[in-house]
Amino acid sequence: MMSTLVRDRAPVQTSANALRPPRKRLSRRAVLLGAAGVLWLLGFLFLHGTSTLTLPASELTDLHRSLNQFNAWVASNRADNPVFQYVFTPFRSAVDSVANLFTSTFAASSTGLRLPEIGWLGTVGLLSWIAFAVGNARVGLLTAAAFTFFGLQGLFTEAAYTFALVLTAVLFSLLIGIPLGVLAGISGRVSQVITPVLDFMQILPTFVYLAPLALIFLIGPASAVIATVIYAVPPLIRLTAHGIRNIPENTREASDSLGTTGFQRLLTLQLPLARRTIVMGINQSTMAALSMVTIAALIAAPGLGQVVVRALQSLDVGTAVNAGLSIVLLAIVLDRVTTAASRRAEPGAARKRRISRRSRYILLAVSLVVVLVMVQLSRTMLWAAAFPKNLNFGPDIVSGVGAASAWLQTNLSLFTVSFREALTNGILNPFQSLLADTPFYLLVAVVLVAAYALGGWKLALVTASCLAAIIYLGLWSDAMVTLASTLVATAVVMVLGIIFGVAMGRSNKVDQIMRPMLDAGQTMPAFVYLVPFLGLFGATRFTAIVAGIIYAAPVAIKITADGIAAISPTVMEAAVSSGSTPWQVITKVQLPMARKSLALAANQGLIYVLAMVVVGALVGAGGLGYDVVAGFVQSSLFGKGLAAGLAIVFLGILLDRITQAAAADPVRKIRSAKSSAH
Amino acid sequence: MSRTRQLLKRTIPVLAGTVTAALLLAGCGGASVNQAAAAGSSDTPCGTVNVALNAWVGYTANAAVYSYVAQNKLGCTVVQKDLSEQISWQGFGSGEVDVILENWGHADLTKQYITDQKVAVDAGPTGNEGHIGWYVPPWMVQKYPDILDSKNLNKYASLFATSESGGKGQVLDGDPAFVTNDEALVKNLGLDYKVVFSGSEAALIQSFRTAEKNKTPLLGYFYEPQWFLSEVPLKKVSLPAYTPGCDADAEKVACDYPDYKLNKVMAKKFADSGSPAAKLLKAFSWTNADQDSVATDIQGGMKPDAAAKKWVDAHPDVVAAWLK
Repeated sequence: MMSTLVRDRAPVQTSANALRPPRKRLSRRAVLLGAAGVLWLLGFLFLHGTSTLTLPASELTDLHRSLNQFNAWVASNRADNPVFQYVFTPFRSAVDSVANLFTSTFAASSTGLRLPEIGWLGTVGLLSWIAFAVGNARVGLLTAAAFTFFGLQGLFTEAAYTFALVLTAVLFSLLIGIPLGVLAGISGRVSQVITPVLDFMQILPTFVYLAPLALIFLIGPASAVIATVIYAVPPLIRLTAHGIRNIPENTREASDSLGTTGFQRLLTLQLPLARRTIVMGINQSTMAALSMVTIAALIAAPGLGQVVVRALQSLDVGTAVNAGLSIVLLAIVLDRVTTAASRRAEPGAARKRRISRRSRYILLAVSLVVVLVMVQLSRTMLWAAAFPKNLNFGPDIVSGVGAASAWLQTNLSLFTVSFREALTNGILNPFQSLLADTPFYLLVAVVLVAAYALGGWKLALVTASCLAAIIYLGLWSDAMVTLASTLVATAVVMVLGIIFGVAMGRSNKVDQIMRPMLDAGQTMPAFVYLVPFLGLFGATRFTAIVAGIIYAAPVAIKITADGIAAISPTVMEAAVSSGSTPWQVITKVQLPMARKSLALAANQGLIYVLAMVVVGALVGAGGLGYDVVAGFVQSSLFGKGLAAGLAIVFLGILLDRITQAAAADPVRKIRSAKSSAH
Repeated sequence: MSRTRQLLKRTIPVLAGTVTAALLLAGCGGASVNQAAAAGSSDTPCGTVNVALNAWVGYTANAAVYSYVAQNKLGCTVVQKDLSEQISWQGFGSGEVDVILENWGHADLTKQYITDQKVAVDAGPTGNEGHIGWYVPPWMVQKYPDILDSKNLNKYASLFATSESGGKGQVLDGDPAFVTNDEALVKNLGLDYKVVFSGSEAALIQSFRTAEKNKTPLLGYFYEPQWFLSEVPLKKVSLPAYTPGCDADAEKVACDYPDYKLNKVMAKKFADSGSPAAKLLKAFSWTNADQDSVATDIQGGMKPDAAAKKWVDAHPDVVAAWLK
């Protein structure tokens, strides 16, 4: 989710020809791009349907078969291979026991009545108290309200399971992420090694490593936690390193001049000064963990994800919305508490507080005693241990929403179906055919020429290797199907980004209304809003594209809005006073000046859409996403799924580099939208 | 230095509080209402049974009745986990799954987990007989009588084309996790069709229902036992006859699906534990009609638990035989 936003890349080097007069350079680039386009169209017209490298869904290449063999090898050697005996299995049990500790404390013990060890009342009390202690009274109350609401929804156990797994994953992320982040912050060399690994981890779709992880660590909470850590740790490492690196030079020099050693400097200067950034990293990591734990339901992670999966399979919109509500609430609680904690970690925050430290301690101590009483009650009284069953309006939510969605489906189906068919037949199918039916060698040539035009030899080389890898993986045709959907979705994301971004950038009021909605959209795990769309549009590529758009649009809108808002007011005033109409101001001043932001928005939009490709396969997307899902659930397709996962990564790197290059050179027109269509 | 001290000052009370809470927990020991009530309520030690829940209503019906009996007659704690078919098998090794209640063949998994790894054992047939195949809504058979022969399917391919099938006819499949040879069948029988996945049993049923109601063409993957067939009696298309071993190579299959004797599978550990729930699992057996009646109730909006209770109350002697 939004964690992918936080990537501090070195700005792409402007190529040498940027020094030439802009007009001439532009024309050369345009000529090359135009030639590539013409070549493509001609090739499609005369050669379409030949050399498409199509691999039928049931067929495998030798590479896929050898990956399958790896699967079989692990299965048969698990019991007596020393690597498993002494490394993987003990590691698994260690993670499992930590996860078990938290789940049995907050969600359900593994023996007895399977109630939480500290009861629901104790859980609500303890968690609220912790929120109060690390944040403030307001987030403490929010926590109490949210967890009580889970109980009223009839989902207390599920929500507590999800929370416990998030907690476990964040703990392990801290254990791994902070030391690595500190190392990367101190040493440039470590940072150079780690950054590409982190890039890889963030482009790798979440689904892809579920299958290999389940193979090695078996299904269950342990694998779920490990998968979640892989997903959640990169933002923490990046932000920790960023925080440590960005300490002002003179502060460091001042400390050095006092003769501190490296370790002292770390403890007394760097860590405390980077504290706020690190806590922000914890926030990002927590949100990422929540979204992954939901998806990990597919490998038997207990909790809200299971409810959503069940709803997805039975097309039960009511149940999905009820569970989705819990997930969003949990996301809000986790976000607010960690944000409050990062505010508290701000240097100088202590002075601004309204109550003195002493009275705060007294308050904390008193409330702790109350919490302990609540815990004790939960251990002796059944009503405080298990959430009362008669206080449950979950079924009402489920049936209410279910009825509403059934009404929508029957009354809107004519509209939704014809809308879907029109877009699929009118835009998606022709575009997909343009990509998937053109001979592969021609398309490779076209992409390479475009890459050369946009970023010179270096980019062409990267592009060539990515394309070669995709071909080697045997999944060219599927990759083109995925690319078609991804580009269509990104184009829509950019249109939305420009429309809403400009509106938000121009008006504070619109910004204030939109921003919370965008935040909500971003904190909601992708899984949740699939079900209603599945109900409306059926399992088709269209539905998957809609899901990708919803996932990616908030980022693009925010980046665009920030870009527009950052234009200096004097420029704007000059434009307005010279008598330009608002439309002229937007098209002639604001959009061109926010070009860099637009390009960044397109870049991030693409990466976000691509991240949704696999999840979209659960609701009908074909191509690589389907291969990954099928490889996950059918052991005979394991190798193909793994290969498809890698192909998505190469596709991601390719798109990322090309859009970055398109953004790097100053050009008059908005190139981002154009380059994504090429 | 003052910063670190401040940091310590802030974190120490939090830590202290958590530790106190933990100590308190430890102090209370096992005397909680959670554990005490459990010890009192059941006289036979049964413990917890982890039941994998695969995503079709027939399976849900089996799981509901088994869980209901285990919970209410044996005093077990049943934990149901939504998992896809093949993933469930992985749970035998990790202890995540004790029971699979309706297994469709899966000779490869049987070999891997039962014969080779010895983490699972066969718990006998469920009494249900399963069929997988390609089905069309009944109105199509009246209009196109020869459609039920797979040799004639190419003639009708254009009829089945949709926006998802790329100009070919569409074969609508269910969940990618279900047992399916359809991709290979299309290719090896030389059919001008494309397999499109609807994603779930619910989506398949909805599609067939609309197809029959609006008289629109649809060719899709479906299976018996299946409650929906009593609502809309879909007609099965005959594929080249099944011969033993014709489906050995997944990429080269060109024959119909076999008749499945559906069975139950349980974890080796669970089988050896002597739990009464393991004994119940081995004895569990019923007919396709039984399963369909429970599935129909569930589909009609009844909670699985309530539907199971209704069936159990109506069939006391069957249940009594299981518990003997």
